[in-house]
Amino acid sequence: MTALIEIDGLTKRFGGFTAVDNVSFNVARGEVLGFLGPNGAGKSTTMRMLAGFMTPSAGTARICGHDVQRDSLAARRALGFLPEGAPTYPDMTVEGFLHFVAAVRGYRGGEAADRVAHAIRLTTLAGVRLQPVETLSKGFKRRVGLAQSMLHDPPVLVLDEPTDGLDPNQKHEVRRLIERMAPDKAIVISTHILEEVDAVCTRAIVIARGRIVADATPKELEKRHPSGKLDDVFRLLTVPNKDAA
Amino acid sequence: MRNIIAIADRELAAYFATPVATVFIVIFLVMQGTLTFNLGNFFERGQADLNPFFTFIPWVFLLLIPAITMRLWAEERRLGTIELLLTLPITQGEAVLGKFLAAWLFCGIALTLTFPFVITVNVLGQPDNGVIACGYLGSFLIAGAFLSVGSAMSALTRNQVIAFVLAVAVCFLFTVASYPLVTEFLSKNTPVLAEIARRLAVIDRFQAFARGVISARDVVYFATFIGFWLFVNTVLVEQRKAD
Repeated sequence: MTALIEIDGLTKRFGGFTAVDNVSFNVARGEVLGFLGPNGAGKSTTMRMLAGFMTPSAGTARICGHDVQRDSLAARRALGFLPEGAPTYPDMTVEGFLHFVAAVRGYRGGEAADRVAHAIRLTTLAGVRLQPVETLSKGFKRRVGLAQSMLHDPPVLVLDEPTDGLDPNQKHEVRRLIERMAPDKAIVISTHILEEVDAVCTRAIVIARGRIVADATPKELEKRHPSGKLDDVFRLLTVPNKDAA
Repeated sequence: MRNIIAIADRELAAYFATPVATVFIVIFLVMQGTLTFNLGNFFERGQADLNPFFTFIPWVFLLLIPAITMRLWAEERRLGTIELLLTLPITQGEAVLGKFLAAWLFCGIALTLTFPFVITVNVLGQPDNGVIACGYLGSFLIAGAFLSVGSAMSALTRNQVIAFVLAVAVCFLFTVASYPLVTEFLSKNTPVLAEIARRLAVIDRFQAFARGVISARDVVYFATFIGFWLFVNTVLVEQRKAD
């Protein structure tokens, strides 16, 4: 079985507070994993550790077999990462920014130009490619971040809220894009939009207060509440006192 | 190496994409000009050299270089782009070096634009252009020294004002460390420290260059100084990146 992402016992403590508590899961090629949870549940922290940005207090994460701490550069080469809030350099143009990422990813000359053009096509940014990022709307900025993450066609994609701030049409486009790429990649997307899980994910993990509280297909999850609605299941799993259910 | 160039290239473009470059260069040239010609009595002295110019340059750098370095890391942290930058396949060291080299090259450009001083002094008399070249080398090195301090201070905080003040303070300490006021005070109380302060001071090394003396020890001093602070910079980025 080709697990491209292997997370084992990942833990992050900030002082006395445990943000992520002993989280383990694998993601195989072809899987789209929806990473769900209320704000502050530890989604972004887990993703940051997976991307090698934060050092875990305990546990390991591997991308394509490379440990993100010990073999960090190899792991990062195999990874496309969209950080929370899709940060980009505001004074750069879309094309300038993507050319910078292409250069750091090791592409030169014609190949770099091809990569940038391809990423712009995938995320339909052609109309704004010469505009500075700071002049763009939230939806466009998010797509610039997406373009950056998939520029090198990585086997592993980790996207922190890829559709946040997009309008319904753009959301639809991004989901189609993720679906198209899904067969040859392992993809993790975090979201708190539950309909997204139904739309694109083959599997969902619900995290609350730093721990995994469910790991199942969206269909199985829906069965966990009599109403059969993901909304209700989400509340059932993540609200501390079960009186909400 | 390619990664360092890619980072430096982006940084340098960023200076010129915003008014930072223009404002810095204009203010730098105006300050250097005013100080050299007015306070430095450039014409009244009747000597064909750039001594007044080189006397003031460390102090102008002390004020202006932290203004360049304050954004280097603090801004990345505030914008969140540090998360993007450090999850790209580059090492922290490459990122630190790329940013530093871009800033140093930018200071080099600003220094180059002071060429009218050299022309002026050559029109008015017969200066020793070797000494002038040597002074420029010293100026470039002291710029690098201040930049390395400023860059490290910028990695400490996400607040650019704090980064600026810290950088000015630390650079100031290294500048005045060999001044009689400091060394006399230290030699009265702790003579060992006085000697250390004298050896660590930036300004004496720079003044040797301004007099036209290049010694291997001074060059090694600047290289070590810059290397040390860039190392501190790298450690700080690693330790505090996710704060």
